[in-house]
Amino acid sequence: MMEKVKKIKSGDVRTASRLIRHLEDGMAEARATMKHLFPLTGHSHVIGITGSPGAGKSTLIDGLVESFRKKGKTVGVLAVDPTSPFTGGAILGDRIRMQRHAEDPGVFVRSLATRGSLGGLAKAVGDAIHIMDVMGKDIVLVETVGTGQQEVDIINHSHTVIVVLIPGMGDEIQAIKAGILEIADIFVINKSDREGSSKLRRELMAMLDMAPLSSFPAGWRPPILKCDNAFEPDGFVKSLEIMSQTIDDHYQHLIKHDLLGTRVHRKSAVELNEAIKCSVLEPVLAKLVANGELECMIEKLSKKETDPYTLAEEIAKRYLKAK
Amino acid sequence: MSEKKIRIMVAKPGLDGHDRGARVLARCFRDAGFEVIYTGCHQTPEQIASAAIQEDVDVVGLSCLSGAHRYLFPAVAKLLKEQGADDITVVGGGIIPEQDFQLLYDAGLKAIFVPGATLDSIVEWVKTNIKPRD
Ligand code: B12
Ligand SMILES: Nc1nc2c(ncn2[C@@H]2O[C@H](COP(=O)(O)OP(=O)(O)O)[C@@H](O)[C@H]2O)c(=O)[nH]1
Ligand SMILES: [Mg+2]
Repeated sequence: MMEKVKKIKSGDVRTASRLIRHLEDGMAEARATMKHLFPLTGHSHVIGITGSPGAGKSTLIDGLVESFRKKGKTVGVLAVDPTSPFTGGAILGDRIRMQRHAEDPGVFVRSLATRGSLGGLAKAVGDAIHIMDVMGKDIVLVETVGTGQQEVDIINHSHTVIVVLIPGMGDEIQAIKAGILEIADIFVINKSDREGSSKLRRELMAMLDMAPLSSFPAGWRPPILKCDNAFEPDGFVKSLEIMSQTIDDHYQHLIKHDLLGTRVHRKSAVELNEAIKCSVLEPVLAKLVANGELECMIEKLSKKETDPYTLAEEIAKRYLKAK
Repeated sequence: MSEKKIRIMVAKPGLDGHDRGARVLARCFRDAGFEVIYTGCHQTPEQIASAAIQEDVDVVGLSCLSGAHRYLFPAVAKLLKEQGADDITVVGGGIIPEQDFQLLYDAGLKAIFVPGATLDSIVEWVKTNIKPRD
């Protein structure tokens, strides 16, 4: 196991990708390895990128990778796509847009399927970020599924969140309702070659004008960046230079105002929560499933012979030793 | 709660733009419950091998209808081997004349599928011959 840790520290892609696989598959040894990796984390700047499917997230990431590479930074990308609820399979297609970096040893792209987890990310993403961090990646870019609603898990894992919007989605206000705007540190209006991008910009501005100042951490009002058409390389590259600079500025802002800690705290809370679920709740459930008790309880419940609260209390009494 | 999945890459090496078959296969593998990494057309063997390693796939599926399989398929297999990843199974398909089969098997390919191969038989082959690795 220490061999694995050493390899990952040295940036070995095979070992890292395999470990991510074992985490996705829920294998116990992989968690044991994570115990050794966790203390080594804290180097990477983690950037989350969210926005509806087809907004151009993967294309932007491809451009950002180029921009960060030009500055000599190493980059990891975690791209999440949805698992089909019907077959359990998935097509992971984000990579198509990033293949020109496939041979650059300073870039590691790993695709993940959601495998039933809601919230826009895969369960293993948190640990996969740690792994890329230990590998020494300066930047870790995380692309969410992009189903819109409830896609807020990303804030628990990133230092900087970019929300990508495109004009002409009908009513832009929809996004505001979905609660996705509150999570943005930076807005990107993509495909500004399309009609309606100025209107979208005005609406966003108006929305930010209305927001209470207290909602801008230490005065960081999310900048709204317009990204030039990806099919016109000159403009696109320039847009991305500005974007990567803004991302750096945000990170510096977090550091300068001692805000990095609050983001790390947020991630720690979520990770502990997950780990407790995994070590406490899941084994109990597994036991109840294995000995058939759970099914009996469900039977009883559906016949209204008891209620869920009483059952849960009984289970708690059995498994939790009160001090 | 462990559940292992087969990870499979579908890639089109070279200048061949016939991507219909590759897309059909990607969808069919998804429907079979696999996780499919699709990398699109116009890939060099180097890009394919490197992506396969980054994605930790069990299988690389190469599709070529242009006639360049004689060079491109062995090139991918060789690169994987050089990078210590010859445990990744390489299979191929497309317009491949029977007299080329042996050359491709000798280069390390484990199976070849030509037009007329049913999707069921392809999925069946993968399920029988590939186990998600430990
Ligand atoms: C449709 C088609 C096109 C379409 C392609 C659309 C697209 N986006 O895919 C268009 C019109 C664009 C086209 C163009 C050309 N085509 Co064309 N095209 C065909 C055609 C009629 C059918 C191909 C097809 O889609 N089949 C359906 C799919 C599902 O089948 P498949 O890809 O073969 O896949 C099956 C198996 O082969 C196998 N398989 C394939 N790949 C893989 C991979 C893995 C991992 C596995 C497990 C299995 C597997 O499984 C699949 C299921 O059975 C074939 C003739 C034929 N009967 O094959 C010619 C054919 C392939 N084309 C040919 C040629 C010459 C051309 C052009 C060069 C013509 C020209 N002079 O401009 C151009 C080149 C285009 C380019 N950029 O590369 C020749 C190739 C000759 C050769 N190899 O020696 C063929 C064979 C026609 C012929 N008899 O001459 N073409
Ligand atoms: N018109 C236009 N299309 C774009 C732009 N950027 C990306 N696209 C296209 O939008 C589609 C979806 O892009 P992708 O990056 O995969 O989006 P994602 O689903 O958010 O990751 C692709 O066909 C891209 O070529 C842009 O700036 N302008
Ligand atoms: Mg994408």
